[in-house]
Amino acid sequence: MLERVFNTFVLSLAVFCCAARAQSTGDEIAKYREMLADGNPSELFEAAGEDLWLKPMGPNAQSLAKCDLGLGPGVVDGAFAQLPRYFKDTQRVQDLESRLLTCMQNFQGIDGQAVKGEDFGRGNRKNIEAIVAYVVTHSKGMKINPPMNHPKEKEFYALGQKAFFYRAGPMDFSCASCHGAPNQRIRLQDLPEITTPQGAALAWGTWPAYRVSSGEFWTMQRRLSDCFRQQRFPAPVYTSDVTIALSVFMAQNAKGGIVQTPGLKR
Amino acid sequence: MNSFKLFLLMGSLLMSGFHSQAQELDLKRMMESSFQTKGIASVDRLTQDENQMACSTLVKGKPQINAKQQAKIEKTNLSLVAYPQDGVYLGNWREGEKIAQSGKGATWTDKADDVNGGGCYNCHQLDKKEISYGTIGPTLYNYGKIRGQDEAVLKYTWAKLYNSKAYNACSVMPRFGHFKLLTENQLRDLMALLLDPQSPVNQ
Repeated sequence: MLERVFNTFVLSLAVFCCAARAQSTGDEIAKYREMLADGNPSELFEAAGEDLWLKPMGPNAQSLAKCDLGLGPGVVDGAFAQLPRYFKDTQRVQDLESRLLTCMQNFQGIDGQAVKGEDFGRGNRKNIEAIVAYVVTHSKGMKINPPMNHPKEKEFYALGQKAFFYRAGPMDFSCASCHGAPNQRIRLQDLPEITTPQGAALAWGTWPAYRVSSGEFWTMQRRLSDCFRQQRFPAPVYTSDVTIALSVFMAQNAKGGIVQTPGLKR
Repeated sequence: MNSFKLFLLMGSLLMSGFHSQAQELDLKRMMESSFQTKGIASVDRLTQDENQMACSTLVKGKPQINAKQQAKIEKTNLSLVAYPQDGVYLGNWREGEKIAQSGKGATWTDKADDVNGGGCYNCHQLDKKEISYGTIGPTLYNYGKIRGQDEAVLKYTWAKLYNSKAYNACSVMPRFGHFKLLTENQLRDLMALLLDPQSPVNQ
């Protein structure tokens, strides 16, 4: 009797596991997220980022403590929730990473152009990734609310929308091939529909994220770069206009959603 | 309509024409300045063909193609399909299954002489035993069982794999033969996966 109950239990477990797997990886990852709710490995990057924010570095031996992320010099709390935005001093619409690059250049004397040529996860870019983890954590739980007042912000939204639907390359792919319709999956991976507020909030609100599969912390710039790789496009230049325009498109569509970064991903 | 109103209307049409042109130019400039060649993925890939451009043109924020343009693109693409010269359409479904499983190829981390996959499972259900399939395209389970394999089915299926835009100008599916992503033999193997009665797709 006991054996039969046990067998039924094992069988039902097996059925449950595979039914869940066939449906989506989303559920399994949601469980994993729950388990790690108090210990997302992003915290290691965040702690390193806080140190780097305050540490005198670069040829000028200065810290970033007076860097203006949009809410005033040195204000980190809530800054990410209101990015990307237009900055008067650079006369550009900037996302978090391009803004950090501006500050590293202006305060620390680091050559921003050289940083653009580096690889993700190395050198100055590795430092930026940690600082990103630190900054976004200080918007966690807040409403996504980037401004849309300056003509340049509006222009970048329109350009981002066009870039989102821009088909090219040997596979005719655009961002919309994967993210332009509801309830789509690649293999078992759910794909947010980024043209809707809910989908955009899922995409924009959960990156940057710690990637369990690679043990790396991926910023939005890195996420976008790998999207373009899989789209069979050439490589987007770090913090280039197309990456900023797409970020404006996503963040504006996500308005009212919640910043859940740093996220935890497959 | 009095002539003043007509004048205003013409003026605004002219202005809107100039405006959208200026925006198109900005998009082109943005794309060109934002990318660099990496490995086999050169910046040439940003240049759209007529088909890609037509399917990227937005009306009220969504891509929209008019019926005339759509018919023209489909006709052109159908005329570019190269059918197998020896008339042999079906290869080996076991090889086809491998090609359907592999999503490799044509990214900047691939090499020019790498063997590409078709990535079919990324978007389609095929063999029922493979539960890790995508939903961007329709299920292809029992594709051959439902359709049989007469001449019309063979030619249609070949053309769909070779150049999906022959039947749907803005299909999300790549043009595997047209852009030489897959070889003729690989296409034969995928045909067998879809149509061979022995293939797991038709069980």
